[in-house]
Amino acid sequence: MSELAANDGAPAASHPVPYDPVGGKLGMWLFLFTEVLLFGTLFLAFGVYLYGYTWQFRRGSAALDIPIGAINTLILLTSSLTMALAIAALQRGRRILARRFLWATIACALAFLVIKGFEWNGKFHHGLYPGGERLAELTRGEQVFFGLYFTMTGLHALHVLVGVVVILWAMRLVAIGRVSPERSVFLENTGLYWHLVDLVWIYLFPLFYLIS
Amino acid sequence: MSKTVENPRAPSAPDYIRAAKGLKSWLTTTDHKRIGVMYLIAILIFFVFAMLLGLMIRLELLSPGEQFLSHDAYNRTLTLHGITMIFLFIIPSVPAVFGNFILPIQLGANDVAFPRLNLASWYFYVAGGILALITVFLGGVDTGWTFYIPYSTEAAQNVYFPIFAAFILGWSSILTGINFIVTVHRLKAPTMKWFQMPLFAWALYATSWIQVLATPVVGITLLLILTERFLGIGIFDPAKGGDPILYQHMFWIYSHPAVYIMILPGMGVASEVVSVFSRKAVFGYKFVAMSSLAIAGIGSLVWAHHMFTSGMADEARWIFSLLTFLVAIPSAVKVFNWLATMHRGSIQLDAPFLLTLAFIFLFCIGGFTGLLQGALSTDIHLHDTAFIVAHFHYTMFGGGGVMFFAALHYWFPKMFGRMYDRGVAKLSFALFFVGFNCLYFPLFLAGIAGMPRRCADYLPEYASYHRLSTIGSWILVPAVLLMLANLIRALRTGAIAPASPWGGSTLEWAVPSPPPTHQFPAVPIVEGGPYRYEEASHV
Repeated sequence: MSELAANDGAPAASHPVPYDPVGGKLGMWLFLFTEVLLFGTLFLAFGVYLYGYTWQFRRGSAALDIPIGAINTLILLTSSLTMALAIAALQRGRRILARRFLWATIACALAFLVIKGFEWNGKFHHGLYPGGERLAELTRGEQVFFGLYFTMTGLHALHVLVGVVVILWAMRLVAIGRVSPERSVFLENTGLYWHLVDLVWIYLFPLFYLIS
Repeated sequence: MSKTVENPRAPSAPDYIRAAKGLKSWLTTTDHKRIGVMYLIAILIFFVFAMLLGLMIRLELLSPGEQFLSHDAYNRTLTLHGITMIFLFIIPSVPAVFGNFILPIQLGANDVAFPRLNLASWYFYVAGGILALITVFLGGVDTGWTFYIPYSTEAAQNVYFPIFAAFILGWSSILTGINFIVTVHRLKAPTMKWFQMPLFAWALYATSWIQVLATPVVGITLLLILTERFLGIGIFDPAKGGDPILYQHMFWIYSHPAVYIMILPGMGVASEVVSVFSRKAVFGYKFVAMSSLAIAGIGSLVWAHHMFTSGMADEARWIFSLLTFLVAIPSAVKVFNWLATMHRGSIQLDAPFLLTLAFIFLFCIGGFTGLLQGALSTDIHLHDTAFIVAHFHYTMFGGGGVMFFAALHYWFPKMFGRMYDRGVAKLSFALFFVGFNCLYFPLFLAGIAGMPRRCADYLPEYASYHRLSTIGSWILVPAVLLMLANLIRALRTGAIAPASPWGGSTLEWAVPSPPPTHQFPAVPIVEGGPYRYEEASHV
């Protein structure tokens, strides 16, 4: 295979990928578009049913706990702040500070999930879940309301969980120097994703909790 | 396009096929050309499989009554044919194979923007394909490829597998779309302006936007079917306040734009082929480029024309009907521009051009019959008849499928460095054309006469249509196999192809056939439009 050895050392059937932060971010924005449409479809369903079952949705909404939702909103907003601070810290070359802010973001995410878990658990205790005996006695509009509530907050919680994994991965890349002040696009993209997760909640909160 | 590749590459640079040996070097490659070839192999396997399923359907319909498939087996065959052809063949066909292979070269780039993501999309594709095929061994499903609620949530079959397969294939499609958009924006040669891009690149760019914006909608819709089945949430269940029609809306919000994912890349290929084989620049280049975007835009707003009989407000129906008619305009812009390009060109009748002519003819029939279904009154009569089957196959197979074969014949010498037997290619084309019309045209007539679609049995008065149609399949299937055999044989025995066997002027014809892994050692300089032919000066 001497003619292969004559190659310039790079893997023969691939190219070196040049670092292109603008392209990387453009790709991330396109991915966020897909996320917006993913949730957007559910928001569409919500809009259709809210139009058809207005007073039932209001009654369903009254059964949700506004203080808990508000606390979770505050927690997620704070996590967006710490995420932005982490990126700013990294870009100023302060890696340790950046990692601390990322830990704070993860702590907020976990707090959000724990509170959400308690909230769901409370609903389960009252039989307010798909197939639950209490929910089956309610009007059909309220059944759809809770169906959408569990689907949309569940999908959102899944995104929070994925966010935690991605942030952990970003922290590792920061630690080993693969993400650095000069090559920070991975962390910036993580931030973009996290802000989107936050933004979705900003819409979920009033739509489910505040329409009563 | 006059361009200069500065600093000609060392003569010994191996082409992308010989750059590395062994299966592992293919399965771990991030080279867009190798990934394109891997897509080609996988897609052709799925296509032949689904084509044989289609042949089984035709054989069953040869005469009234049960032939060799039970009614259940017929429904399952039909569903698998649909799922495989739609999700595994026609949606990925041109973008995943030729988009991957040709788009970066046409833009003067060495690879797509995210090569590793590109390989990941291929694995998603294969995983989705395997999941879909596993369904066969679990007894199959008979929901049809549309997975309509409520049957898909209630049928006691393994609906999970094909739905999850479609979900994964959707992600493969999205990732390819993201990759292509970023590639066009970031890796286009710095000297290439937007209106110097080849029209194939324009078509892929428009397609990629549909892939990115429409596919997530069907993704979540399919997930909702799964949650309905697993958890009984009831978003589409009237007993729990849900609305099954909403499912149809959400499904078609993706699946109608998806038919433009299937056809737009083929139209892009047609623009290339028509220009090269007429030796003339594409007439109205900007209009053709913009019509791709117009089709992508308007095509996203017509989904409910699949649901005229499902129950909808009258206002909604006529608005969707109007929008449906509007899509015909950019489509017609393309057809007229292709014809104007051919006008007074010096035409070279070779397989890619013949296939493109067939595409224009078949697609026009498909398009005109589409208008009959876009009109509210006639649609009531034609809905759910064999007319729809014929229309769909004329547009999708006669459109997207035929252009896949045209692209294959057009770029084959570039991809593999060999020329196929042109005579056999023309013969297989002629058989294909005859077989195609013989197979599908009678279904228009049967549909108008009232033959319902998706039925394993029929009344004796439809027998002559079905017999003719089945005879057509006996011509079409051998024609396709002959076409493919001719190409496969050429891989070993074909004459060595020059860099530009058709005299094309876009950038992929400026690099060797087959291209080396690193096709542009120096960034190419682009001057003038993409279609320039010396002989055409007399026009």
